[in-house]
Amino acid sequence: MKIIACIKQVPDSEAKVKAEGGQVSWGDAPLVINPFDEYAVEGALQQKEAISGSTVTALCVGPESAKEALKHALAMGADEAILVSDAALENLDTAGAARILAAAIQKAGADMIIFGRQTLDNGAGLTPAQTARVLGWPMLGLAGSIKVNGGSVQVERVIEEGRQSVKANLPAVLSVVQSIGEPRYPSFMGIRKASKAAIPVWSLSDIGASAPAPIITRSELTNPPSRETAVEMITGDSPAEIAEKLAGKILAEKVL
Amino acid sequence: MKTFVYIDHFNGEVQPASWEALGLAKSFGSAVALVFGPKAGDVAKTALEFGADEVLVADDASLKDYRAETYASTLSALASSQNPGLILFPTTARTREMAAMSAMDLNTGVLTDVSGLEANGDSFVATRPIYEGKLLEKTVCSGRPVMVTIRGRAFPKPNREASKSGSITKVEAKGEGKSSVEGYSASESAVNLGDAGIIVSGGRGVSNNPSLTPPAGMDEKQAEIWRAQQGFALVTELAQLLGGAVGASRAAVDGGYIPYSHQVGQTGKVVSPDLYIACGISGAIQHLVGMRNAKVIVAINKDADAPIFKAARYGVVGDLFQVVPALTEALKKKLGK
Ligand SMILES: Cc1cc2nc3c(=O)[nH]c(=O)nc-3n(C[C@H](O)[C@H](O)[C@H](O)COP(=O)(O)OP(=O)(O)OC[C@H]3O[C@@H](n4cnc5c(N)ncnc54)[C@H](O)[C@@H]3O)c2cc1C
Ligand SMILES: Nc1ncnc2c1ncn2[C@@H]1O[C@H](COP(=O)(O)O)[C@@H](O)[C@H]1O
Repeated sequence: MKIIACIKQVPDSEAKVKAEGGQVSWGDAPLVINPFDEYAVEGALQQKEAISGSTVTALCVGPESAKEALKHALAMGADEAILVSDAALENLDTAGAARILAAAIQKAGADMIIFGRQTLDNGAGLTPAQTARVLGWPMLGLAGSIKVNGGSVQVERVIEEGRQSVKANLPAVLSVVQSIGEPRYPSFMGIRKASKAAIPVWSLSDIGASAPAPIITRSELTNPPSRETAVEMITGDSPAEIAEKLAGKILAEKVL
Repeated sequence: MKTFVYIDHFNGEVQPASWEALGLAKSFGSAVALVFGPKAGDVAKTALEFGADEVLVADDASLKDYRAETYASTLSALASSQNPGLILFPTTARTREMAAMSAMDLNTGVLTDVSGLEANGDSFVATRPIYEGKLLEKTVCSGRPVMVTIRGRAFPKPNREASKSGSITKVEAKGEGKSSVEGYSASESAVNLGDAGIIVSGGRGVSNNPSLTPPAGMDEKQAEIWRAQQGFALVTELAQLLGGAVGASRAAVDGGYIPYSHQVGQTGKVVSPDLYIACGISGAIQHLVGMRNAKVIVAINKDADAPIFKAARYGVVGDLFQVVPALTEALKKKLGK
């Protein structure tokens, strides 16, 4: 089985992200693999282990620097990585990313595509279903577990109301959530292999696609109003006395 | 202008932000509510009571179980024939998928998790938090209809008036499902943190009560979970008294203390209640991004240096096993319960 894990590179979540002159700035904080996509790679590696003869390919649409995120996937255990990069792809919205990913997936060929739930930067959570729609493949979203059986795949889908088990024929598009299992740490061997890996870069003409015009565009970027939360520490001689004071404060806030 | 409002429900249980979407739609003109799937008829009546001018109902057998493909195709067909300028959804697991697919069909875009929306001529400007709420962006969509999923509790809920009525029209389902739903289990404690006005959360600290003696025969891990359950019982009692929901940190979820559906934070749910009480949670950035928009944050932690106090309005340095039950008692008295 050929599995593709789709990953993006984002600023680390510890980064102090700010709006500066209408642009996003994260100082010298490192760029990392989107945390949700580590679960996608983990889910893909679990399936590789479960089904002999499987391979995992990490796929990313992004700038040259995104190779570092792909290397993280290789170090975790992915067999190969592909970067789709083209100067014309700077302003992709999720629909555009989906079209490019779908074209790359068609070229690479795959039985199962695994996405993360959403990106940390844009946080749209749209790309997986949009890619599935372009490919015309079934969408099994928010999987907490995956089981492949011959030509079909069954997942436990985690939704607001509980868990549903949903089944579809392969090829299929999946997105995964944290219940899939903690992403494994890159092994020493994996890191060595990844550092030497040559990652192929596909251009738009390689995948036979043209740059999609963005439908969604940003008109303004601001820092959220800073909230002056000076904390008020509640003290007292006993838990009961503290609780009494705190209860009074909470009631005075009129939020109950 | 005509707005479609997709009322998201599961077997007749409506996701409350659907009504908030309906209220928002009315502020722009007329609102046509769409209800798909089983029990759509009952939900349609409620939609009229919440102010929908008209309801379109599709409940063919092919829509019995939610499948993104059929729901999206049905929506796309309705949008093509009726040309709404705007389609509003509550932000849920289902709507992100169906809106995503339908936008591809209609060659338009989706703005997700929107916390503000303004009409600007025949266009719309949406405000949405990005980078985990570290930034706010205003975005526009050049396609039509503009598709927007709104964040829960960001817009006012309209009043429900039982006397309101209107037309309910049956429409046809479209498209073919590509998956089959084989089973369903309600999570042990179905929670809807996104809509909760009050959340009481527990972290790793809920397992830290050395004075509790677990039943004999437990190994270390079982004993830890047992202790954590005693801690979460206190958290739950406080949440229930206040009519709130129970949240958790990832450490509590990973520790096996409570199901993942309760997790608040970067890889869990982003919440914005009026009151958030964090018990035994250190306040890692990945947790803070999920709850820092709460109106009032209360932190109870043994460690005076815990970063959670920097985000809190009120803080107590103390043992949650003493402070939480005492707070429950004090509030019970003050609320006369
Ligand atoms: C990619 C990524 C994503 C993540 N996503 C999330 C997420 O979505 N949500 C999330 O929460 N975390 C997330 N995390 C994890 C996060 O970094 C922290 O590890 C986690 O939030 C810690 O949980 P905690 O505060 O319960 O535990 P700890 O950090 O261990 O804190 C426990 C606290 O309890 C206090 N305590 C102990 N005993 C008592 C007592 N008896 N009474 C009172 N206080 C007591 C301690 O002083 C301490 O401050 C993520 C991490 C990564 C790397
Ligand atoms: N540029 C990209 N390259 C590869 N995968 C992507 C890209 N953008 C988004 N994805 C995938 O789509 C998921 C959802 O992204 P989003 O819709 O932007 O929130 C991510 O978790 C990734 O798995």
